[in-house]
Amino acid sequence: MTKLLEMRGISKAFPGVQALSNVSIDLNKGEVLALIGENGAGKSTLMKILTGIYKADQGEISLNGEKVEIPDTKRAAELGISMIHQELNLMKDLTIAENIFIGREPKGLMNLFIKDHELNQMTRDLFNQLSLDLDPKTKIEQLTIAKQQMVEIAKALSYESKILIMDEPTTALTEPEIDVLFEIIENLKKSGVGIIYISHRMDELKRISDRIAIMRDGEYVDTLKTSETDIKQVIHLMVGREVYVESKPNIQRDDREVVLEMKNVSTNTNVKGVSFALRKGEILGFAGLMGAGRTEVANAIFGIDKIKSGEIYLHGKKVKISNPTQAVQKGIGFLTEDRKHLGLLLDMDVKTNVTLASVQNFQRAGFVQEDKIAKTAEHFVEKLKIKTPSIHQQIRFLSGGNQQKVVISKWLLRDCDILIFDEPTRGIDVGAKGEIYRLLEDLASQGKSIIMISSELPEILRMSHRIAVMSEGRMTGILNALDASQEKIMELATAYRE
Amino acid sequence: MKADSIQGQLEAPKLKKTTGGKLQQFLAIGSLVVLVIFFSIASPNFMQWSNIIGILLSTAVIGILALGATFVIITGGIDLSVGTVMTLSSVMTGIIIVNANLPLIFGIIGGILTGALCGMLCGFAITKLGIPPFVATLAMMMIAKGLALVISDAAPIYFTDHEMFSKIALGTIIPGIDIPNAVLIFFILGIIAAVILSKTILGRFNFAIGSNEEATKLSGISVDRWKIAIYGLAGVFTGIAGVLMASRLNSAQPALGQGYELEAIAAVVIGGTSLSGGKGTIIGTIIGALIMSVLTNGLRVLSIPQEWQTVVVGVVIIFAVYMDILRRRKK
Repeated sequence: MTKLLEMRGISKAFPGVQALSNVSIDLNKGEVLALIGENGAGKSTLMKILTGIYKADQGEISLNGEKVEIPDTKRAAELGISMIHQELNLMKDLTIAENIFIGREPKGLMNLFIKDHELNQMTRDLFNQLSLDLDPKTKIEQLTIAKQQMVEIAKALSYESKILIMDEPTTALTEPEIDVLFEIIENLKKSGVGIIYISHRMDELKRISDRIAIMRDGEYVDTLKTSETDIKQVIHLMVGREVYVESKPNIQRDDREVVLEMKNVSTNTNVKGVSFALRKGEILGFAGLMGAGRTEVANAIFGIDKIKSGEIYLHGKKVKISNPTQAVQKGIGFLTEDRKHLGLLLDMDVKTNVTLASVQNFQRAGFVQEDKIAKTAEHFVEKLKIKTPSIHQQIRFLSGGNQQKVVISKWLLRDCDILIFDEPTRGIDVGAKGEIYRLLEDLASQGKSIIMISSELPEILRMSHRIAVMSEGRMTGILNALDASQEKIMELATAYRE
Repeated sequence: MKADSIQGQLEAPKLKKTTGGKLQQFLAIGSLVVLVIFFSIASPNFMQWSNIIGILLSTAVIGILALGATFVIITGGIDLSVGTVMTLSSVMTGIIIVNANLPLIFGIIGGILTGALCGMLCGFAITKLGIPPFVATLAMMMIAKGLALVISDAAPIYFTDHEMFSKIALGTIIPGIDIPNAVLIFFILGIIAAVILSKTILGRFNFAIGSNEEATKLSGISVDRWKIAIYGLAGVFTGIAGVLMASRLNSAQPALGQGYELEAIAAVVIGGTSLSGGKGTIIGTIIGALIMSVLTNGLRVLSIPQEWQTVVVGVVIIFAVYMDILRRRKK
């Protein structure tokens, strides 16, 4: 039997990274193939090659046994390949019908006017096929995220796709909505559509997939029949590599004073009844999948997101932090994931960036004391070993690791004793990572308390004294570093709680 | 249980949103009505027929500019060049009719094409050269201003020998009813603009681009081409405004026009079109333009000095844009 889709020996390199090396997968008609792997395993890159967004360096793609070239997204659509992206691609000010058939509107009178009536009817017909109950004339912005996702799916199906790629389609859906989605998927299977289903939720894979293809570090690992495998085996293959335990902190901090405590905190932004305590000199790792609510917890502590219920205690005293200024005054520093946009002024130099947040301390009668600023900046450059030709260098020209160090100095200068790092080593090369790790360890041993949000399990395991794991906005468990393992963390991170 | 409560959370903002969009439209109409009632009570002269016609006539030119600007602003862009491009169109019409002594229709078409060409050039600079709309149209504003002075030798062109020309704006085509053509043209163009915006492909893509340009591109639509078309269409409106302006003044005044773009943008914004794109209506723009002229006229009828009139309009703009911000903040 010829396969609906075969991707053979696909390789793709980006400057500095081999994103895919020699990956092969295949897909049958009427089958759901789950594609799984950790963040950065290369799933998205592979799918972007299939949909014509990227071009592979090597390898070939065949549809029904025939070799095809997919140079752009248009060609992919013509071949019947559609993808439902995780970030929804809808025009929120337009109606459902207008979105689904954009660029393909039924036209009348000199091909200028749109037959809206017909357009809405086409949409209604489509929805009937999918048993969706939505009014085509509703504007997208009035829909819940879940319903927007349904619209995306309907849009993809309206192209009469033969291959449908779904990237974490259930992230925003509730249980009944997932049931509807799975029903749609079952119907699609019956009509011969092949589906590549990307998900992190093991329970879902069991329910919906026929086979599971596993990727790790840009390489293909194995494909298993879902019915003949169990979740443990899949996770093991997915995590694969030996756990990196070079300098796992062996000192526990349980006896230390609690500096920050969250009690049953909920927000409107995916934090649901989260409780934990952070001790002095401790690195508390936050593990979980994308969308688990980790950054939102940090936002709640830092006063960015409003707390709906629950309490925050600092040094045993109940506090209310309603904006970042108050958080900083209370000694909390937040090193955001997107440091280029939120943490640094790229066009300004090292000394300005280091001292920016505390410039009040470097002025006399309103005049900036350049010499004092320079001295302080020199001090941090030396202390944190920031590699820069001088303190007058623009931040833009520093490497990712050194940029991160500048952000860290900025917060140290403000006397923050609680530091929240969101993905501290994202976009930083391997060598510099080690330096950032050492720096975090130094900070902790000097008595700073650190929350480290990271999606890289080896990093979490290596750095943390304890590991808090989140799933779907909830804290699913807090593990002691000594008895934590990648498998245990993944199990908690994918725990689906009723 | 859990699913229900999440569903509830997701659904909750829905009610607010549906009313949010219409709120400012409603506010705009409401403000217009309140203003009219206020001025009628404050001054018996306000509701005089001749005064009403005066208001409508002064709305026409700015209003037509604002109609074009509405399309551009819905894409999320801005057009600062409409004031001086309007002048350039006036001057072009004058040169064709007076200096070259060609039939009126050539002058009219020439003026409109001038506007369209300038608009398309802005669109080209924005899409193909990647220059931000603010900068591209600011440059066009200066280019058009300079060109208008160059080709007219910096002197007004009078249409005194072409009596018919002034009839375009000031004649009355409907017998017995004393409504100047300029006002009729404004309302007819309003209807045309509304139809284009809500019924045609161009209108649809206009909203799509303003709403999410990336997603529009990914849907296989050549965003660049449509943007150039939209700036060109706005230019057509600008050109028409230029011809009407010349007709009304019975002369092409090369030094006039700068500042009109800001009044046009103000009318669009007061009418509820969002400067961040994706939202807006033609009826809103027409009401916005009317609010501006009713305000200035009413204040003049009440003998409030010109300087203060400008202050009041400024305050109204702040109020209107603040409404826009409030509306967006709700989301």
